[in-house]
Amino acid sequence: MQLYELTIRDAQRLLRRGEISAVELTQAVIDRIVAIDNRVRCYLTLTPELALEMAAAADERLRNARQTGEDRLSPLLGIPMAVKDVLCTEGVVTTCGSRILEDFVPPYDATVVARLKAAGFVMLGKTNTDEFAMGSSTENSAYFTTHNPWDLERVPGGSSGGSAAAVAAGEAMGALGTDTGGSVRQPASFCGVVGLKPTYGRVSRYGLVAFASSLDQVGTLTRTVADSALLLGAIAGADPCDSTAAQVPVPDYLAELEGDIRGVRIGVPDEYFVPGMDPEVEAAVRRALVQLEALGAIVEPVSLPHTEYALPVYYLIAPAEASANLARYDGVKYGYAAPDVGELWELCKRTRGEGFGAEVKRRIMLGTYALSAGYYDAYYRKAQKVRTLIRQDFEQALERVDALIVPTSPTVAFPIGARADDPLQMYLSDIFTLSLNLAGTCGIAIPCGFSQGLPIGMQVLGRPFAEATILRIAHAYEQATPWHTSKPTLKRGLESRADHE
Amino acid sequence: MALTRQEVAHIADLAKLSLTESEVEHFREQLSAILDYMTMLQRIDTEHVAPTAQVSGISNAARPDVVRPALPVEDVLANAPARKDGYFCVPPVLEEAP
Repeated sequence: MQLYELTIRDAQRLLRRGEISAVELTQAVIDRIVAIDNRVRCYLTLTPELALEMAAAADERLRNARQTGEDRLSPLLGIPMAVKDVLCTEGVVTTCGSRILEDFVPPYDATVVARLKAAGFVMLGKTNTDEFAMGSSTENSAYFTTHNPWDLERVPGGSSGGSAAAVAAGEAMGALGTDTGGSVRQPASFCGVVGLKPTYGRVSRYGLVAFASSLDQVGTLTRTVADSALLLGAIAGADPCDSTAAQVPVPDYLAELEGDIRGVRIGVPDEYFVPGMDPEVEAAVRRALVQLEALGAIVEPVSLPHTEYALPVYYLIAPAEASANLARYDGVKYGYAAPDVGELWELCKRTRGEGFGAEVKRRIMLGTYALSAGYYDAYYRKAQKVRTLIRQDFEQALERVDALIVPTSPTVAFPIGARADDPLQMYLSDIFTLSLNLAGTCGIAIPCGFSQGLPIGMQVLGRPFAEATILRIAHAYEQATPWHTSKPTLKRGLESRADHE
Repeated sequence: MALTRQEVAHIADLAKLSLTESEVEHFREQLSAILDYMTMLQRIDTEHVAPTAQVSGISNAARPDVVRPALPVEDVLANAPARKDGYFCVPPVLEEAP
């Protein structure tokens, strides 16, 4: 096994025992990036010098700890990871995948980045994303499209596609992503990794460039469920800089991971098995349910009757909030400014017209329309009311069962370009992930099989702040199945799938 | 629900977005199709349903009103496209009277 293939948990053990150094580990991942990122294209910005400095500092702390016998070290000390480029990093350019922030260098760190720094992590760089996290494939990035490591002709999913592909391909041992409607879970599914979307308020949003403030949440991308538990433990918790970050104690997620799932009640909503979905995706999730029963879980049907309305509700609320949040890009305070303008409104309109890409403009237009006089009640307020019904569906179902299991996306990764010209088709790849953000609770996407060599994902959804429960169920399933041990081939098209026949 | 070009131009003006003629037409078609899809929401009776604006359950989070250091002005202005004397600089808003 190569160093870059280690899980965070295994690397951490080797680092503590002094069998490897953080500099060696970091160099191994940097070498991997240099060798393959011209094909996968995960990173918008690489920070190898900073990474090696951070690794050297981690080695110093590890050496001291070995000498003094200190054993309460952060589990992320010396671990090389990636950060999605919508999270502010002090002194390191943060573009949000947009031309409008091409040269933006944040003067402060996002709280999650500051917490990882305090934990001694090693930052490899900033990963590609759909512009302002609006998209499901990274094709909306203003810079380039990331390629799926399982088949380079396919999308990695999005918007955290750079983070998911980096973790899958060995270009990072873990990564931060963000999830507004599935942007951590859907790319995790397409790339065959683990993607955790915490409960709204579990993790601070301070320094996360705002897209839809009532839905945005920082999440994690890792190769195993245990790594996800480690990373969540490092970033979760209240923050004086974000009043929506909840004052709820953070448990030791890793300690709560072990233990069997006998008697755990799992609900399966019929509404998530729809006509038109890939039959192999449905079959894989059904097989997983049988496996969970064999592990002692009690599987029963539940209903989330308003599921079909999640898509229209989401695509009214998220664009409405985005249209307000993105009003800040006016060519005055930071970012791109249109040249040669004589008047303030002209500066604002031309800066935004020239600086934003098509999907961002489309959502600003849609959101502005939904909020405009005469349409507010029919669209925005109506969507907010139906959001209440969607939330109540989850509350009622999760009163009866401990968790829900559903597919992550109706299909496996689709070819680059296949949906780029049809926004509604693109939006449909998120139908199984949007409801969770509207309900505001937590979910984790894990691999549950392959269809023609491409990973299939399923989600375990839980009650608000019950991350420990969904992690435990996901961990039990993962340990009983081989999916997380498969490695992507970095091949193209049919060639990549021939290996799996 | 077919939008007119005038309606699209009006929304673009509200959103402070300059759009090309072809963008106006493109968005007219796409937004019309998307809004058509949204009409499915009208099927649900929500007369007695309260809207959800956010799900945190937190309201009015307050902290002690204590003076704390903020970012230095130089750092705040570092990303500004134009600045002058410690301020952001913008084109004229009001012209001087002739």
